[in-house]
This record gives sequence, structure tokens and C-alpha cells, in this order.
Amino acid sequence: MKILCCVKRVPAPGAKINVTADGQDVDAAHLGFTTSPHEECAVEGAVQLIEEHGGEVTVLTLGTGDAEEQLRYAVSVGATHGVLVEADTNQWDPQRTAQAITAAIRELEGDEPFDLIMFGNESADAGGFQVGIRTAMALGRPIVQGIKGVEISDDTITARREIDGGFEVYELPRPAVLGIKEGLNLPRYPTMKGRLASKKVELNSITASAAEGGQARVKLHRPEETVSETVILGTGAEAAAAVVDVLDELGVL
Amino acid sequence: MLLVILEHENGQLVEAAREALTFGRVLAEKMGEDLEAALIGRDDDDLVEAAGQYGAETVHTATHDLLTDYGPDAYGSVIAQMVESLDPDAVLSCGSDRGNEFMANAAARLDAPFVANCTDANPGDTWEMTRVQWGGSLLEDATLTADVPLLTCGLHAVAAEIGDEEDADAEEFDVDLDESVTITMVKDRVVQEAGVTLPTAPVVVGGGRGVGSEDGFGQLEELAALLGGRVGCSRAVTNLGWRPHADQVGQTGTRIAPEIYIASGISGAIQHWVGAMASKHILAINTDKEANMVTKADWAVIGDLHEVIPAIIAEVQSRKG
Ligand SMILES: Cc1cc2nc3c(=O)[nH]c(=O)nc-3n(C[C@H](O)[C@H](O)[C@H](O)COP(=O)(O)OP(=O)(O)OC[C@H]3O[C@@H](n4cnc5c(N)ncnc54)[C@H](O)[C@@H]3O)c2cc1C
Repeated sequence: MKILCCVKRVPAPGAKINVTADGQDVDAAHLGFTTSPHEECAVEGAVQLIEEHGGEVTVLTLGTGDAEEQLRYAVSVGATHGVLVEADTNQWDPQRTAQAITAAIRELEGDEPFDLIMFGNESADAGGFQVGIRTAMALGRPIVQGIKGVEISDDTITARREIDGGFEVYELPRPAVLGIKEGLNLPRYPTMKGRLASKKVELNSITASAAEGGQARVKLHRPEETVSETVILGTGAEAAAAVVDVLDELGVL
Repeated sequence: MLLVILEHENGQLVEAAREALTFGRVLAEKMGEDLEAALIGRDDDDLVEAAGQYGAETVHTATHDLLTDYGPDAYGSVIAQMVESLDPDAVLSCGSDRGNEFMANAAARLDAPFVANCTDANPGDTWEMTRVQWGGSLLEDATLTADVPLLTCGLHAVAAEIGDEEDADAEEFDVDLDESVTITMVKDRVVQEAGVTLPTAPVVVGGGRGVGSEDGFGQLEELAALLGGRVGCSRAVTNLGWRPHADQVGQTGTRIAPEIYIASGISGAIQHWVGAMASKHILAINTDKEANMVTKADWAVIGDLHEVIPAIIAEVQSRKG
């Protein structure tokens, strides 16, 4: 079985996210980078599937050369191959990103399609909610989003999507595409052996080219901060009566 | 005309659809256009009437033998056909899981841009929008150049509000569908829990790393049950395997909007905050009075949650008698 995971490199901010002076990007000067959480679960899910059924996992990212870090990380947790689709930034608009990824997938596949392609439901940063859908549809394959459970059999992929109070079940013919959400699994940490493999792996590189889409960034900014005059109801257990007064006032008792 | 695609479930408009109609009413006014709506897979009078309460003048209803359930291709295909034959000036839906999914599907079919999760939209030759990034931790000002702008409004970007009540006319829309749209339709549903769920709970009792263990959540469960609420948690907790991911509040979890969120042992990282900020009131319980969750809360108790929560439980029990 051949599985492809498309992942995005994003900064890992803490309590606040700062923006660069020109408003074009997150100020990552003092930040580490990570794989967008939904996609981290997609990679783990793919690795679990090949552990069960045999096969290979390829991880693809579109972005600058730094994104190799995320490809190598994916190999350290069990992916087989890494492909960098080289672009001048990690911030192409969604149509352009999808077009470039579609072309890269066609090149990688030749006439042997991946049995399953997994995207994150949305990237942690830009959150466009569409690159996986556009790519799948350009490839003529079915896609469903929001997936937190995957099983694969000879000709079918069964996928579960969480809804309020339960889940929906989808059954797609192979080959298919899924938009994965965090919660599919708990991603493993790299092993020593994995780390070694990730250092040695030869990454494949494809030059991306695609036309700009209709959406263009002007600038990023922080939303207005909630300023709250926090009322301290007390310290420790003795605050309980004041807390319950508040609950009573709100009518939730 | 601005066309709002309505998400519905169990014969009702979902809250996010009401928000989209509210957002759409303002947008249609800026555009100087009428507000119309579309119902896919149903043509019930109740739903048409509900859309009218939010200002829709006409509701286009698309029913078909193949539209038996939700599916992104079924919805996407109907929306693409509506764009082609109703000739709307823009199409809006809600930024829910489904809303973003079917709008992106329609956009792919039309080979048109789609802007997800707007908090503001200003029409023009080039549209100017403000949209959600990082689940709401950042906003992006963006421009959109498109023949027919397709967009969703972010969840809770506006509060649903009835207005300019219209006696909406229902108009049947003829759709042309083939079996291929059923491939991505829901095949089955499994209900795991009846009753209050995290997104709709009136009270959420949240626990973070400060809860200390899986067992530590017993006290939070007890308090939530007493208040008819649900337990939520931070990503630190799901990563530690103390709670299922379905309980996670935040950017990559659930967005909650309870009457009160009792956040205990949670520092209030920005990715957690964006899932909690639609709460009407917040009470933080934390040992650290400088924690973000404390400074952003309406009320706070400074102290060890393992002492504070049992005391609250005892107090609630004694008042309830
Ligand atoms: C892309 C991305 C997406 C993310 N999505 C989410 C998300 O959806 N949801 C989410 O929650 N996080 C998310 N995170 C993670 C987030 O950044 C934080 O790491 C996480 O929310 C921290 O969880 P916490 O508050 O439980 O833990 P901590 O930050 O460790 O805070 C623990 C708190 O408990 C207090 N405490 C300790 N002991 C006690 C005690 N006995 N009594 C009372 N208080 C005590 C401490 O003072 C502290 O404030 C995301 C991160 C990234 C990069």
C-alpha cells in the first residue's frame, strides 16, 4: 500500500502570536517550528496503516528549504520518503498551493496512484480549509474532511468524522483522499533508530510552479485583546461560597 | 443578490446557519443587494420560515431523490449549479466543518477562489475581507478578486440575531445530479452520547495539566454533572492521554460557548483561548494569579483546584438541599 501525507511547516507559538513589522508573517525569530497538528496525526495514522498492511508512506510539503526539518521529522516517526515541493514561501494562496501539490502528486505517481492521500483538515496557520479538497477534486478522487478514524480494506476506505455527540461514517472507494483532524491518534515520539533514518534519508525535491489565485494577503494582525477586570473571588476552598453565588446569579445551579 | 447556503440538521437550521444569515444581512446591505437563501435536500416550510425571520426574501429549495443525506459532493454540486443559473453576486455560508467543506467543494468545481472564516467582508471590484488565521489567534486582511466571491463567516464571528422579518417565498430549484455525488455521502451515524454535548453545554468545567492525572478529573466530572454541564480539557491533557480528544477545547479541538466556563489548572495559551473565548462568562481556578486564563477571566479563585473544586461541590450540594 502506498500512502501520501501532505504536511505544512508552521511556527510553534506560545501564549501570544506576534506579527512581523511588515504584517506579512508570524514573527518566528524566537520560535521553533513544528508540523501542523492535524497533519502530525495524519502521518501517525499513515504509519500505523502500513505497520498493519505493509507498504510505504511518503510525506510531502510545499515550502522553502527549511521545511526539510518537518520531512525529516516525519521519517523519524516512521515515514519512508520525503518530498519537498520547493516554493519561495510557505504562504502561497490556497488555489496556487493546491495546483502545485496536484502537479507534484501527478509527477510522483506516474500511473500508479497512491491508495490513500491524507491532508490536514486545515493548516494551523492560514486555515484556508480547501487545499486538500481542491487537490483531490483535480485528481478526480473523493475526499471527506474532519476525519478522526480510518480503516482500510481491499477496495474501501472507511472514515469516521466526529459530530456533536457521536460520529458519521463515510465509505470511499480506493484511491481516495482524507482531511484528517487531530484526535485520530496520539502521535508517537521519534525513536533512536528513527532519528538515524531521518538523518540518512534522501529527500526528493520538485520545483513548484503554479499561478496565483484570487485571494491575496494584505496583512496579518492580532485581534483586539479581551481586557477583563478579573474579580478575585477568594483564595482556596474558602472561595466556594462566592463561586456558588456567581453560579446562582447566572442561573446555572 | 447575496445567496446564503443554509446548513441544517434534524429539520432545523443549525446555530451557525443563523449566524451566517445575520452576517449576510449586513453584507447584502453593503452590497446594495437582496438577501436570498438556499436549502439543500429539504423544502420544509419551517426552515423557509426560519430563514425569513433572519431577513431572507427568497429561499431556493433543492430536493432530489439522490439528496438523501449530507455529502460534500452533493452539496458542492448543487451550489455550483446555483451559481451558474441563479447568477448570485456572492455566495456565503457558515464556517462550520460542513460549511467550509461544501463551499470549498463548490469552489473547486467552479475553479473559483474561496475565502474561509471571514469576520468582515467589504464588497467592491476587489473585495476586502478580514479572516481568521490560527483559529482566531490572528486575523488576516486579504483581498479577493473573483467573478462570484465565495466565502464563509467564522463561527461566532457574529451572534445570530433575528431581524427585518420577511415572509420568505420558497422557490424550487431544479438540480441535475448523478450517482457520483453519493460516493461521499454519510453512510451511517453512531450516537455515542445523548443529552448535553461539549459545543452546546450551558456549563463547561475545564481541566488542564494542573489537574495532575486522569483520576483527578473525577472531581471535575462530579461538578459538571451537578451543574448539568460537561467536562472539557486542554491539549496538554489530551496529549498526556488523560482525556479523549473529543473533550479538547481550542484551535484544534472544540469551540465552546457556554453560559459559564470554569477553567481549572489551565494556563490559557492562545490556542486554548480561541476555543473558549465565545463563552459568556469565564471563571478561572489557578494557583498562579498571573496565568493568562486568570487575567482574561471574569472571576478567579487563586488556589489548588483539588481543594477548591471539592469545596464548590459541597457548597452546591448543600444549597440544592
Ligand atoms: C498549532 C497549535 C494548536 C494548538 N491547539 C490547542 C487546542 O486546541 N487546545 C489547547 O488547549 N491547546 C492547544 N495548543 C497547545 C497550547 O499552546 C498549550 O500548550 C496548552 O493549551 C497548555 O495546556 P494547559 O494549560 O493544560 O497546560 P499548562 O500551560 O502547563 O498550564 C497548566 C496550568 O495549571 C496551573 N496549575 C498547576 N497546578 C495547579 C493546581 N493544583 N491547581 C490549580 N492550578 C494549577 C498552572 O499554574 C498553569 O497555569 C496548540 C498548540 C499549537 C502549536
